Amino acid sequence: MKKTERIKYLIIGNSAGGIGAAEAIREVDKNGTIIIVSDEPYPAYSRPLISDYLSGKRSIEKMNYRPFDFYEKNSISTILGEKVNRVDFKNNTVTFSNGHILTWEKLLIATGGTPIVPPMDGKEARGVFTFTTLGDARAIDEYLNQKTGANAVVIGGGLIGVSVTESLLKRGVKVSIIEMKDRVLNIILDEITSAMEDKAIRASGAEIITGHTVTKINSNSRGEVESVTLDDGKTIPCSIVIISIGIRPRLELVQNSEIKINRGIVVNMHMETSIPNVYACGDAAEAYDFIYRENRLTPIWPNAYLGGRIAGLNMSGKTAEYPGGTALNAIKYFGVYIVSAGMAASPDSTYEEVVANGESSYKKLILKEGFITGMVFSGDVDRAGIIYNLMKDRLYVNSFKNDLVTENFGLLSLPEKIWRNRLATSPLESDSSKSSVSPC
Amino acid sequence: MRQFIEYDIIRYTATVFRYLVIEGITPMRKIYIKEEVCIGCGLCEVYCQLQHSSVRDLIKTFKKRLPRPLPRVRVETKGNVSFSVRCRNCDEPACAYACLTGAITRNPETRMITVDEEKCIGCCTCMMVCPLGAIKQDKEHKKMLKCDFCHGEEIPACVANCPNEALFCLELDDALTDVKMRIPSPVSQAV
Repeated sequence: MKKTERIKYLIIGNSAGGIGAAEAIREVDKNGTIIIVSDEPYPAYSRPLISDYLSGKRSIEKMNYRPFDFYEKNSISTILGEKVNRVDFKNNTVTFSNGHILTWEKLLIATGGTPIVPPMDGKEARGVFTFTTLGDARAIDEYLNQKTGANAVVIGGGLIGVSVTESLLKRGVKVSIIEMKDRVLNIILDEITSAMEDKAIRASGAEIITGHTVTKINSNSRGEVESVTLDDGKTIPCSIVIISIGIRPRLELVQNSEIKINRGIVVNMHMETSIPNVYACGDAAEAYDFIYRENRLTPIWPNAYLGGRIAGLNMSGKTAEYPGGTALNAIKYFGVYIVSAGMAASPDSTYEEVVANGESSYKKLILKEGFITGMVFSGDVDRAGIIYNLMKDRLYVNSFKNDLVTENFGLLSLPEKIWRNRLATSPLESDSSKSSVSPC
Repeated sequence: MRQFIEYDIIRYTATVFRYLVIEGITPMRKIYIKEEVCIGCGLCEVYCQLQHSSVRDLIKTFKKRLPRPLPRVRVETKGNVSFSVRCRNCDEPACAYACLTGAITRNPETRMITVDEEKCIGCCTCMMVCPLGAIKQDKEHKKMLKCDFCHGEEIPACVANCPNEALFCLELDDALTDVKMRIPSPVSQAV
C-alpha cells in the first residue's frame, strides 16, 4: 500500500455518465472532492465524433465534450490513462494497476461498454480493430496511413458498423459490410427505414452482404489481415477488418463482487446499486426503461448523461429519481435523416401501427392499448420531440393518434389539456382580467 | 400588463428565485404570450427570419438571398386558437443533457440554453427530446436552431414586431415585485 487518500466522490469513467454526475454534484456540493478516473488518456470527448475524426473532418481538439477549463473550473481532479484494477466494496477502496490506492465515500461506476468480439479464428491478426473509442479511431487512422488502396470488411451492420463505413468511404477505402441478420441497422430501424439506409449505403459505393457471418480472418506471412472467410466458404480479400457486432457492459471491476448484476449493473430509481453508496450509470448499468417498464440495457449517450446526473444528485445528498430512458437514435448516415425511439418494430400482433407515407417523409408510430411504445420518422423529423414526450410521459393518445403523423402536426394537434400543460399555461376564462399568460 | 401575472409567473419566479438566492446569478428574461390576442399572423416568424438573416432587409431576405434563414419560433393555429412556440430554456434542459457533442449548454450569465454551432453536428438528438418541438433542424448547414433571444437584444425581434402586443418580455424584477409575498417554497424537482 503506497498511499491512501479519502475522496468524497470517486467516479470511474470520464464520458457522458461521469461528467453528468460531476456536474450534478457541483450543483449541490461546491467543495467535496471529486476525482474522475479513466483508462483513456484524454479529457472527456464526444464519443460519437470518433467517426468524424477517422474521416479527417475533425481534430481531437474539436471533439472535446466540455471546454478546456472544465475540470479546473469545477475543482474536479482527474486520473487519466490509469486503470483501476480492483474495487473493494467492504473497505471503500480502489486499487490502480500501479498499486496506488484511493479511499472513497461515494463511488460511481460509469465504465461504459466494451465491444463484443466473438471467438473467431484470426482475430488477433494485425489490421483487426474495434471502433468505440478515440484510441480505436487513432489506431485505424495510423494503420490506414501505411496502406494505399485499402479495402475493409466491417463485421456487423449496426450503428457502429454503418458509422465506420461512412468514415472509411470518405477516406477512399472500399468497404464490405457483413451483417448476420437480413438487414442493416435492424435493431434501431424498421424494415422500411432500413431499406432507405441500405440504398444510401450502396449508392455511396459500399457492398452489403446480409444473412452471413465471418467465420475466419486470414492473414499473410507478416501477420496482417489479407481476407475473411464467410460461413458459406466465400472469401473476401481485405486489408483491414472492423468488428462492430455490438457492445456489452464493461463489468470487469464488479464481476466477482457481491454487487447485483443482471446483464448490466442493476440500479434502482436513484441509480444506486445493490451496495449502498455505490452508484452506476450509462452503458455499464441496467436502469429503468419506460417503454418496457423494467430495467434494461439502453446504451445510448443521453441516457448515460441523465443517469449520471441523477446518480450525482443522490450522491451529493439530494433526492432525485431517474425518469427512465429508452432506446433513442437520431441518425443521418449518408444524408438520410431518421429518428427512432422505443420499439422500432411491433413485437407481435397485439401492437397497432399508425403509418403515414408522405412524399419525402415516413412516419410510423407503434401503439399498445392506446399508448405509444415506439416511433420511427424519416425525412420530416421536426417536432418529433413532442411525440417522444407523449411516449415518455405515457399519455393515452388513442383518440388523436392519427393526427400525430400528419404533416402539420404540432402542439395544437394534442388535446387542450395536454398542450396547455406543455406550455405551462391555464385555460382562457371569459373574465378578461384572468387572461392566460404562458412563457414560451 | 401586471394584472395578467398569475400562477405561471409565480411558478416561474419561484424557480428563478432559487437561482438568484442560491447561486447569485443574473436571472433570465423570458418571452410571454397573451394567447387571447394572438391572431396567428406569423409576423413573429417573419421578423425572426429577418433577424437571423445576413442582411437586415425584408425584401432581400425573402426574395434575393435563398435559401431563407429558418425561423426559430413557430406559430400554431387551430380554429380561433393561436400562439407562437419557442424555446423556454427549461430548468431541466433535456436537450442539453441529450446533446452528443456538448454543443448545447446553459450560458451561466444569461441562463439561456445555447447551441455552439462549431460543436453542433445537426444530429437531431436534442430535437427528439424537446417537449415543445422548439428545436429545428437546418438541413442546409447541418445545424440545430433554436431561439437565441436575438443574441442579447433588449427586446427580441418577435416581441418588438408583434402587432397586437401578444408577445411581451418580462424581467424577473417585474415579476418579483408583484409576487414576492406569494412565492412558494422553491421547488426541488430533479427532472
